[in-house]
Amino acid sequence: MQENNVQYSSGSKPTELIDSSVIRLGGDSGDGMQLVGDLFTNTCAIFGDYFATLPDYPSEIRAPAGTIFGVSGFQLCIGGSEVFTPGDMYDTLIAMNPAALKVNLPQVRKGGTVIINEDAFIPKNLEKAGYTENPLDQSETWKNYRLVRVPMTSATQNLLSDLPLSSKEADRCKNFFALGVLLWLYNRSPEYSRKWMTKKFERKADILKANMRTFEGGLQFGETCAALNHRWNLKKSGPAPKAGVYRNITGNQAAAMGLMAAAERSGLRLFLGSYPITPATDIMHELSKYPDFATVFQAEDEIAGIGSAIGAAFGGALAATNTSGPGFSLKSEFMNLAVMTELPLVIIDVQRAGPSTGIPTKTEQSDMMQAMFGRHGESPMVVMAASTPKDCFDTAVEASRIALKYMTPVIMLSEGYLGNGSEVWRVPELDELPSFPAKFRTDPTNFKPYERDPETLARPWAIPGTPGLEHRLGGLEKLDGAGTVSQDGPNHEKMTHLRAAKVAKVAQDIPKTEVYGHPEAELLVLGWGGTAGVIKSAVRNLSGQGYKVACAHIRYLNPLPPDLESLLKKYKKVLLPELNSGQLWYRLRAELLINTEKLNKMQGQPFRIDEIESKIKSLLGAH
Amino acid sequence: MSTPTNTETSPKTVPTYSRKDFLSSTEPRWCAGCGTFATFNGITRAFVNAGIEREKFAVVSGIGCSSRLPYYSNTYGFHTIHGRAPTVAMGLKMANPDLNVWVITGDGDGLSIGGNHFIHLMRRNPNIKVVLFNNQIYGLTKGQTSPTSPLGAKTKSAPYGSVDRPMHPLTVALGAGATFVARVPDTDNELMYQVLNAASKHEGVAIVEVLINCVIFNDKVFESITNKETRPDTTVLLEAGKPLLFGANKDRGIIMKNDRPTVAKIGEGGARLEDVIIHDPQNPNSGYAFMLAEMGDSELPVPYGIFRQIHEHVHKPHAGKGNKEGLLKTLRGSNTWSVDNSGKISSLEK
Ligand code: SF4
Repeated sequence: MQENNVQYSSGSKPTELIDSSVIRLGGDSGDGMQLVGDLFTNTCAIFGDYFATLPDYPSEIRAPAGTIFGVSGFQLCIGGSEVFTPGDMYDTLIAMNPAALKVNLPQVRKGGTVIINEDAFIPKNLEKAGYTENPLDQSETWKNYRLVRVPMTSATQNLLSDLPLSSKEADRCKNFFALGVLLWLYNRSPEYSRKWMTKKFERKADILKANMRTFEGGLQFGETCAALNHRWNLKKSGPAPKAGVYRNITGNQAAAMGLMAAAERSGLRLFLGSYPITPATDIMHELSKYPDFATVFQAEDEIAGIGSAIGAAFGGALAATNTSGPGFSLKSEFMNLAVMTELPLVIIDVQRAGPSTGIPTKTEQSDMMQAMFGRHGESPMVVMAASTPKDCFDTAVEASRIALKYMTPVIMLSEGYLGNGSEVWRVPELDELPSFPAKFRTDPTNFKPYERDPETLARPWAIPGTPGLEHRLGGLEKLDGAGTVSQDGPNHEKMTHLRAAKVAKVAQDIPKTEVYGHPEAELLVLGWGGTAGVIKSAVRNLSGQGYKVACAHIRYLNPLPPDLESLLKKYKKVLLPELNSGQLWYRLRAELLINTEKLNKMQGQPFRIDEIESKIKSLLGAH
Repeated sequence: MSTPTNTETSPKTVPTYSRKDFLSSTEPRWCAGCGTFATFNGITRAFVNAGIEREKFAVVSGIGCSSRLPYYSNTYGFHTIHGRAPTVAMGLKMANPDLNVWVITGDGDGLSIGGNHFIHLMRRNPNIKVVLFNNQIYGLTKGQTSPTSPLGAKTKSAPYGSVDRPMHPLTVALGAGATFVARVPDTDNELMYQVLNAASKHEGVAIVEVLINCVIFNDKVFESITNKETRPDTTVLLEAGKPLLFGANKDRGIIMKNDRPTVAKIGEGGARLEDVIIHDPQNPNSGYAFMLAEMGDSELPVPYGIFRQIHEHVHKPHAGKGNKEGLLKTLRGSNTWSVDNSGKISSLEK
């Protein structure tokens, strides 16, 4: 246990000790709320706080300023002990304009703090947000909240009046005012932000001066504003973090890092064939930055993305392609070619709300059935799912390891919520990761392209350029062993079974399923993918209150963990929350003959903790 | 790129091959009399002449009659899916730049279902050779209209005649920026070999259109431009630095008249030999090659040979060779903090 409840400065106002806090920042895309969020998060990191963040972008690139659909947000949860999600109800909201208030107020918990830029509440903006009267004047509303009215725009303009800045330039500084207020409120040091600004605006003296002054103005405002009658400190109660180097990482970054790490661990060059698609593109962006470690090919379409990756796999690279729903559909014919040619390939699907174009920026877990069955013919494939932003790293490493070990395509499911969300990540030393050097076949003696390793059923990987191993691959059915074209019926059936058996063999690599929660649990909450954090939070809360509930989270969706059936049968009831209409639920009924309780949501948003909690309570009955 | 290619283990001197060395144990299964045989022959002859180890050849195809070719070539081969061979070839070449990658495609495979990949392969200009077997019909699926079937062509899918205008494959390639563009008939083994050989040596993408006689579903569509009797009058051979003359006696030439290519009989109507266009495959303006590629529809002869051969930037991915230390740095990024064994936190940022 850590005892240092870091108190940054005593100040003149009382502080209150809290376990965790959910903060939401809302404004126009141009308001710089993302930057405020980043700087605040980094500050918390250095204080040893735990956090999880979730940026929330509008789907329009440049939606009209001040409108409801132009509101962009940044949400984070900070805690003195481990934080599993970016949180549900907001403890603090900073709204830079009426639209941001309108969108976010319903999510502020009773008694929460609402900080608004009062200068933005002018008739034009109120109208754009769809307010018929100024919400700030409705005193009924504000009985439930601590409203802090900040004349952010005018205060900023006043602070900067003597500097040679246009009013537009001056206005752009006001996010630093907000940052100052926020740091004051959570009693976090301004040092990091000061340093950041000094470095960032090194060559722009006026802008630096302006931002710094505005920032100090925000800090000062906290001290003097009567409405801000107290500030918070986080209670440090979690286990001390493991020694090491830490950073903040999004799921998409982590997936990219995982692929690069896997390439190093296998001794291969990483190749990514990709095509831009929301919300998966950041994986390509990230890898494109590092030509030392990855060859990135921005293909002409989704099909070419995976096609090039298959070509690279044939050529001996650690090959990957990334996409989201619509692109995942387009890639399916090529996925089958990878199944038939038994080449190692990692396919990352960052799921979004579908079908069709659906809601590209919103999250869902609805491609699991497609990953399992969305190809013609009998086409089994290994499927795994990442559970948190940082777990995208481990899952990408594992997907690569399995693809190479079994000479098979592997689908890694991520979610928009994971891809864009971020959390604290302890960067592993490379030697802490499994080592799985790729083995190329070089010996021409008795070479048969489809001869199998009895352990893994993997066929040899003989790459072009190797003398004496010239052979032909293709989508036509292969003769067992020889790998030549075969139209023979019984051979086809045999090969169908072999392909399935190979995927089934992967079960031997799946670790024991871990259970967390009440030792005498009667109810198990089973989860997969991005619901991990919210399920664990709910189970932590309720088992702490004595509810007999535990949870387990699975990474492998195909094959399913071998211990899953016996585990599920230990519990009186199993609850299965999914951001789809019950896709794993369906498979558990079909494959394990186990009936679980469904909890489904398809609103483009992750579950809230209270949604899981109330379902658990209703299943366990009166407590 | 650092992908192992086993080059270290290959012999320093390239063995002398015969064409047989490039024939796999699988007997080609095209219809007897099909033009694919002659083309396969030309391709393997070019392989023999390339002076490259056999294991460094990779032949990638899509789906169709011609796309069966990799099975018959005793090289590395990949019979991929319909229309997508260029994508696989691209990834293979990027992963393993030492390879000599050939794409085998057809008019349906390369221009219809794979049209998008075809144009992007041309514009990227990788060092990949493309042989487009154009028989103006879908052979493997038994006789449907293809993107190169002429307007009015009667096919199984257009019994009343095709209502679609055909495309000229080479204009598409040129429009997309192809740097080596050529056409040969399946009946001229020597020209086929010369052109494929030149393609094989070209730095950058090369597209060779081979006019294939599909004896089963589209027999004799190219008859007038391939048979010995009529060919001299209906076609013109492109030779660098030589005038565009044709006819049995080489007495007709292509001249520019009112900015249009026109056939002129030398000595008649004031037409002089000096007026005949001199073939220049290196003409930096693609308009010239484009003009040639459109010829053949009216009384203008169909050109054979190399239309265009220029040197332009050849596709090459960014490739560095990072080490473990560099990778760890990359994973850490610029914004890190460290925790020591006593739980003390410090910022690593400079
Ligand atoms: S169908 Fe036509 S193109 Fe195909 S192999 Fe037979 S003759 Fe050749």
